Amino acid sequence: MSVASRFRTLPDTGDCVQFYLDDLPVTAPAGVTLAAALLAHSGDWTRQTAQGAPRTAFCMMGICFDCLVEVDGTPNTQACMTPVREGMVVRRQLGLRSLNGGEHD
Amino acid sequence: MTDVDLIVIGAGPAGMSAAAVAARSGLRVLMLDEQPQAGGQIYRNVAQNQGRRSWLGTAYAQGAGLVEALEHPNIELLSGATVWKVDKGPRVTWSRGGASQTSSAAHVLLATGAQERPVPFPGWTLPGVMPAGAAQILMKTAGMLPQNAVLAGSGPLLYLVAAQMIDAGCAPQALVETQTTRGLLGAMRHLPRAMFGAATLLKGLGLIAKIRRAGVPRYTAASDFRATAERNGDIRFSFRVAAEARSLNCGLLLTHQGVVPGTHITRAAGIAHSWNKDQGAYQPECDRWGATNQPGLHIAGDGAGIGGAEAAAAAGELTALNILRQLGKCDADARDQRAASPRAALFRARAIRPFLDAAYAPPAEFHAPADDTIVCRCEEVSAGAVRQAIGEGPHGHRQIKTSLRCGMGPCQGRMCDATLRGLLSAEAKGNHPITPPRARSPIKPIALGEMAALSLIKEDPA
Repeated sequence: MSVASRFRTLPDTGDCVQFYLDDLPVTAPAGVTLAAALLAHSGDWTRQTAQGAPRTAFCMMGICFDCLVEVDGTPNTQACMTPVREGMVVRRQLGLRSLNGGEHD
Repeated sequence: MTDVDLIVIGAGPAGMSAAAVAARSGLRVLMLDEQPQAGGQIYRNVAQNQGRRSWLGTAYAQGAGLVEALEHPNIELLSGATVWKVDKGPRVTWSRGGASQTSSAAHVLLATGAQERPVPFPGWTLPGVMPAGAAQILMKTAGMLPQNAVLAGSGPLLYLVAAQMIDAGCAPQALVETQTTRGLLGAMRHLPRAMFGAATLLKGLGLIAKIRRAGVPRYTAASDFRATAERNGDIRFSFRVAAEARSLNCGLLLTHQGVVPGTHITRAAGIAHSWNKDQGAYQPECDRWGATNQPGLHIAGDGAGIGGAEAAAAAGELTALNILRQLGKCDADARDQRAASPRAALFRARAIRPFLDAAYAPPAEFHAPADDTIVCRCEEVSAGAVRQAIGEGPHGHRQIKTSLRCGMGPCQGRMCDATLRGLLSAEAKGNHPITPPRARSPIKPIALGEMAALSLIKEDPA
């Protein structure tokens, strides 16, 4: 994740939580969505398509499904519809999910 | 016996005003909203932002009144509830916190609003390219300010986001606008009518003046959008102005071409839809009170055709008044009397629309984009592939869908239906009318286990 965030987060947001992105700790303001937290952390991709194209959160309102990530073992979770929580374990997704859970084949 | 008198789906301006009117007249109201807080996209997080983030403006802050009005003992508001099925009855099924449940009501108001029109061009799938409205959601909900951004496209929201960014201290690097002088001149014939909404027009002119004062460069009549990624993640945005090729390097490319009704829920509910050629979008058919061809189902707000927040709040009120009459809480005379004020507000709010629709109509390149543009973001189908398929005979959404999987991903066509229709109408041979694509429940993806746990619900024999 070498791409800097494309946003500047105002210091008006109060308490912070810590979650894990691909095993690395990330700090985010409490009360924001996971998609916002990911975009505040980095401007890089959070998912790769079946063809390997990079994507990240796009519509921020639950309709485009480009923000899908694995959250606490559940794949294809909409980051923009999920409030970020302390200790959340988040993984970026490469390609399509298999039916039996969060592991891609 | 139904669970409640009225289920309102969507806590934006239309749903909030309808719920308040209904509750104050004694109806038991269940409100279901997908987001964590009431407000809709326009007033997103408005209650939480009271007393801070004043750069979002006074028109935004006024939405707090609608949210406060939901504090009524007759209203139960369930936030984070995603409706995925509306059945005859009417009955509504939603998912919340990983479990689904169903409720019935005498009346259901679908107030699910609009979505931004997809703006497809080569490179629009890259991280760093985003709808302008999405960036605005980040400003409202997370205090995140776009850095080194270019705003590109057209429409009133582009000016509003630019003005909010300027007031927040993160002025955009440039505005790249697609509207043309010719288009603006063509829209002038709608100006006399728009004068009924003069306050809105003046507000718009104020936004443009603010952008000018801030010294933000503006390009107009821009075309041929294209984005590529630089090694450091920046976006290289190229476009044309007149015959001249231009390019800008930016951290964020925020695009916008207006908003369109979100119609998955109304289509899946079996409500008739028609093509609004002035707004370039399908919309559900309803009467002047928001009643539809499906018993008990009503629509109000931008989901019934784009009118903006003030029109939505007025329409919500009108629909609630009509439901009160249908439930015997008032007679037609009382309804009509109470309707006079919201009806006048609706007229004023809508008066400006024909001008805006004509002046900021999306250019052809976004209806039928270049061959190397991804049309379906989920299944990665290009405009070239769609054109080739259309050349082989298909002339409707359904055939394209079955031959290319275009629209079969998790977004269910929300990001490609409009473009697919644009390509069909530009390329299809013969004179086949294009019908709206089918939408089916579940209208949002849910886990199989969650659906299975609902097996106690009897299905309609139909």
